[in-house]
Amino acid sequence: MRIELDGASVVVPTPEGERVVLAPTTLALTEQRIGVVGANGSGKSTLARLLNGLVTPTSGRVLVDGLDVARAGGAVRRRVGFCFTDPSAQLVMPTCVEDVELSLRRSVRDARSRRSRALEVLAQHGLADHADTSVHALSGGQKQLLALAGVLATAPDVLVADEPTTLLDLANARRVGDLLLSLPQQLVLVTHDLDLARRCDRVLVVLDGAVAYDGAPDAAVDHYVAAVTGP
Amino acid sequence: MSQLLLVGTYRPGQTVLHRLPVGPKVALLAVFSLVVVLVRSLPASGVCLALVLVTALVGRVPLGAVLRALRGLAVLLVVVSAVQWWVNGLARAAETTLDLVALAVAALVLTTTTPVNALLDALIRWLRPLRRLGVDPERVALAFSLAIAALPATLALALETRDAARARGLGRHPRAYLTPFVVRVVARAHDTGDALHARGLGD
Amino acid sequence: MTMTDPTAPVAAPRRRLTTTDLALVAAFAALIAACALVGGVPVGGAGVEITLQTFGILLAGCVLGPTRGFLAVLLYLGLGAIGLPVFSGREGGLGTFTGPTLGYLWSFPLVAGLAGLLVSRVAGRTRKSRAFWVFWCAVPGVVVNHLLGIVGMKYWYDVPWTVAWGYDAPFWAGDVLKAALVALVAAEVHRAFPQLLHRR
Repeated sequence: MRIELDGASVVVPTPEGERVVLAPTTLALTEQRIGVVGANGSGKSTLARLLNGLVTPTSGRVLVDGLDVARAGGAVRRRVGFCFTDPSAQLVMPTCVEDVELSLRRSVRDARSRRSRALEVLAQHGLADHADTSVHALSGGQKQLLALAGVLATAPDVLVADEPTTLLDLANARRVGDLLLSLPQQLVLVTHDLDLARRCDRVLVVLDGAVAYDGAPDAAVDHYVAAVTGP
Repeated sequence: MSQLLLVGTYRPGQTVLHRLPVGPKVALLAVFSLVVVLVRSLPASGVCLALVLVTALVGRVPLGAVLRALRGLAVLLVVVSAVQWWVNGLARAAETTLDLVALAVAALVLTTTTPVNALLDALIRWLRPLRRLGVDPERVALAFSLAIAALPATLALALETRDAARARGLGRHPRAYLTPFVVRVVARAHDTGDALHARGLGD
Repeated sequence: MTMTDPTAPVAAPRRRLTTTDLALVAAFAALIAACALVGGVPVGGAGVEITLQTFGILLAGCVLGPTRGFLAVLLYLGLGAIGLPVFSGREGGLGTFTGPTLGYLWSFPLVAGLAGLLVSRVAGRTRKSRAFWVFWCAVPGVVVNHLLGIVGMKYWYDVPWTVAWGYDAPFWAGDVLKAALVALVAAEVHRAFPQLLHRR
């Protein structure tokens, strides 16, 4: 799948005037696993959100598989799944199985087969015992796994993950990270975990609202570390 | 507490009342409530209460649940019957008291013998005719699920923010914990809105 | 829901409520429930207790504006109607809708809608919400709440107006105080999320 940014920029109004969140950016992403690193508030989250239309560009275009995200948002969102930092905000239904069913409501029309498909998805992610558990009662790691299961249930072509491991403990962060990197889907992974970034195929470094470096993972991570720690 | 919130007052069972479809049950409750409120006679109120108690027995409503519901009404019952006695006489006071108990137990019978999900499904079904007024039953169902899912988390957030305020010695200033609590609820709702949008629910 | 043709132009009909609006409505329904459950100070009178329930109702209107505020309260009542114990005193179920306090309960959506309408009008002109103004926007809501409550009790108990008024009177001070609290909180929330007031 080809993801293109064609001079895409994001500017938001503020009481003092305007703030450039992302300077005009032109990129073509075709690699299997793309890492995005950068400081908090650098614009990397905005970059990720552009890819499935959660944020629309102020100028320029974002194309996924040739579809303009601003014009064909619905079609793009069926191809691009999105995983958030805080799984509690993303899990919206009372129980685990219902949350996965919510993702499936378009692709599987019949209620009974939807339930059985949702149970299969839960089993694939080791959550079979928690089908009727309240989402609120899961641990942080389980919540993020469930959130991923909900997104992957619809079999998107691309998965965009915005700091999916930031709120998890070490063991769960590893588990979720390994799962993400082993997916057959194309992955755009925004992360603070530099080890995870090094395991991608290409890494973008976002600093102060612009892509400051774009290239091989090790070189990119080194560039980022040097930029943050200073000369 | 959070478990209680999700289950409500429903108690599983196999009685006739459990098996009766939701529609007739709610219709019966509505008719019954109207009769109780509109008919002004002490014997009629007595009959209504007897009827509802028999129904509660048939539905195997636990005595504890009935008592809990009545305890919630206790202060109301005492004050009301006292004032009624003084204003309208003993007979009216007795009638009002019986009516109050009958209505409370009748509603309790419905929620004890009907799962929350069944009531919700029925509600959504009944909203279908409103489609042409712009009401989308699927969205209403989603709103209900969102709110039910948010209940335990919101309650936890309320208690957490209160504790945080107490830890800073601000426990006596409601504003000091209410504002951060509401701000966090709004922030979380924005995240949820984004997540729903990302999952294609806004398309 | 219809599938949109990916090649069609943007001019698809806009939904009145976005997913964020929907999430806010649901979040405030849960917030009102939490308010009703957390606090609870019994006072004399007709057996109602001072809870933060009315705080939540007024807050939904003042923070979210008329449409979303009204819907949030309606959803809250719906949660109670399907049997969840979300009303003050951990009650739930349809009994509350037919009980003597029914006037208060049925007035809640109107209260939130009215307060929301006034706040959005006032803030719409000045583009700001100050606690002082939000308070005066919330007061008519409190009045409507109490008037309908009194009407409900008068007919339910079949007592003279003065007696129904007597049942209701102890709650005025508390509710005016709660309106003041709502005003302070709502103004601060609007400062944190200015976009809440400028929907569309």
